[in-house]
Amino acid sequence: MIAAVADNILSPIGLTADENIEAILAGRSALRLHEGLFGLPEPFFGSVFDRTALADIFRTEAGEPGTLTLFEQLCILSAGRAIASCRLDAASPDTIFILSTTKGNVACLADNPDDSRCYLAGSAERITRHFGNPNRPLVVSNACISGVSAQIAAVRELMAGRARHAVIIGADLLSRFIVSGFQSFKALSTERCLPYDSKRTGLNLGEAAGTLILAKCDSAPEDMWLYAAGSAHNDANHISGPSRTGEGSFRVLRDILRSGVAPEEIAFVNAHGTATAYNDEMESIAIERAGLDTVPVNGLKGIFGHTLGAAGVIETILSMHAADRGLVLPTVGFSEQGTSRRLDISAQPRHTERRCFIKILSGFGGSNAGISYRKGGAQ
Amino acid sequence: MKTPKTQARVVISPAGAEQNGTRVSEGNISALYREFAGDYPKFFKMDSLCKLGFIGAELLLRDIDPVTREEAAIILFNRNGSLVTDRNYSRTITDDNYFPSPALFVYTLANIVTGEIAIRHKIYGETSFYVLDEPDFGLIEQIASEAFLTSSPSLILTGWVDYNNDSDYLADLRLITV
Repeated sequence: MIAAVADNILSPIGLTADENIEAILAGRSALRLHEGLFGLPEPFFGSVFDRTALADIFRTEAGEPGTLTLFEQLCILSAGRAIASCRLDAASPDTIFILSTTKGNVACLADNPDDSRCYLAGSAERITRHFGNPNRPLVVSNACISGVSAQIAAVRELMAGRARHAVIIGADLLSRFIVSGFQSFKALSTERCLPYDSKRTGLNLGEAAGTLILAKCDSAPEDMWLYAAGSAHNDANHISGPSRTGEGSFRVLRDILRSGVAPEEIAFVNAHGTATAYNDEMESIAIERAGLDTVPVNGLKGIFGHTLGAAGVIETILSMHAADRGLVLPTVGFSEQGTSRRLDISAQPRHTERRCFIKILSGFGGSNAGISYRKGGAQ
Repeated sequence: MKTPKTQARVVISPAGAEQNGTRVSEGNISALYREFAGDYPKFFKMDSLCKLGFIGAELLLRDIDPVTREEAAIILFNRNGSLVTDRNYSRTITDDNYFPSPALFVYTLANIVTGEIAIRHKIYGETSFYVLDEPDFGLIEQIASEAFLTSSPSLILTGWVDYNNDSDYLADLRLITV
């Protein structure tokens, strides 16, 4: 079996998973209006790191950055903290690294279109080399579902016996490139986003990095989260809009239920909840079709924004920590049902005794993915 | 897990297209489209990476029935990601000429090629895109075959699809079954 043995989340509101949970429960968020950031002609509402502070933390914890970009420093900081917390031998040939990112160092293109730092595999190499790891890293570039795709990829490599430990790093930094693109799509809200709400007008973008370390275990450790099921499906419908019937997302949920996860044991479905009209509506249809409309659903984009390649990783880690505390995290920004199918959503934290959850994501390219974890000894 | 088998292979480069070791055309990407597809106007909206993957899939999937296609998985790899389109998009957001286009931005994600193939062939299985520093086909087939560990696709369309410029591109795609 595959167990989650360590994690870290770096976001503008906390530098560990626990700090982020505490910040959520204290009602904090770094989402705010940014005018003139990245030289953009239009303002945007987003959650952005203090870059100077981040670089200072890197120097303190990891030394001089040399030629490492801020994106690579962010990945190393997050992975370094997770690795240290479980005393993993990151340099071992039995450890593999998987990087989940949508755009890596794309900001470098602005100054030099031929900047070799834009190659994602090169970034991943520099990150793994920092830890002295000899294996070729894998980069998952699957748009918004990358963070869950990377976990599924890690599970497979561990099952296949290619490694004992997988260090999954999910990270993206915002840039003129990314924000202008989402603005051109008219996908961004000019205020704090309102997931699943009747007044939602679009998403907020955010920055974060998360690291989840999965390990192959011979017996089931009672105090750890164990991989239960994972699935990915395409909508086969449109490259930039979700299916109106939630086809891909529905098939993902159906697969997870068919592989033995029972609706009665699920504490919550942590959904994508970008707060765009189409995504949230699509998810409500998929969740209802799968028969999970009576299970609590939550979405975290109203706190962190859409953190792109980090989203699947940090939202999975937050789900684990919340369930450990007996909590369903609040869907910040939600107040009135705004989807055609009713979901069990709340803007307040709720209590749960259940020890299993599902994390789902959907993204450009018609992609959908989901993963479920169950606490050891819970079945 | 049973041993996965490579069922078919298509290679497309500036020299033309090969299917299972036999040269089937010496045309470039546009010529290959006219020769092997020709009925899909959306092709002309795609970036070059998607066009390349699209043609490869046309050749590989033409004898596969729709029921099998529906449950297929698409797991592709390359080195450049969507860098060619990233550069094109980046040129549209300079201070002097700021005009970001959503039609271009959507192709700044390498996995869009998997979505284009899924839409064309009504494939509802997994679509995944990975970036590696070089086309290591041993590793590619291994990673793709590992999909059978957590899912049950009818077949897997996998391989390398990388576009740099009109004289430097390669699609080396395979169908894998168990």
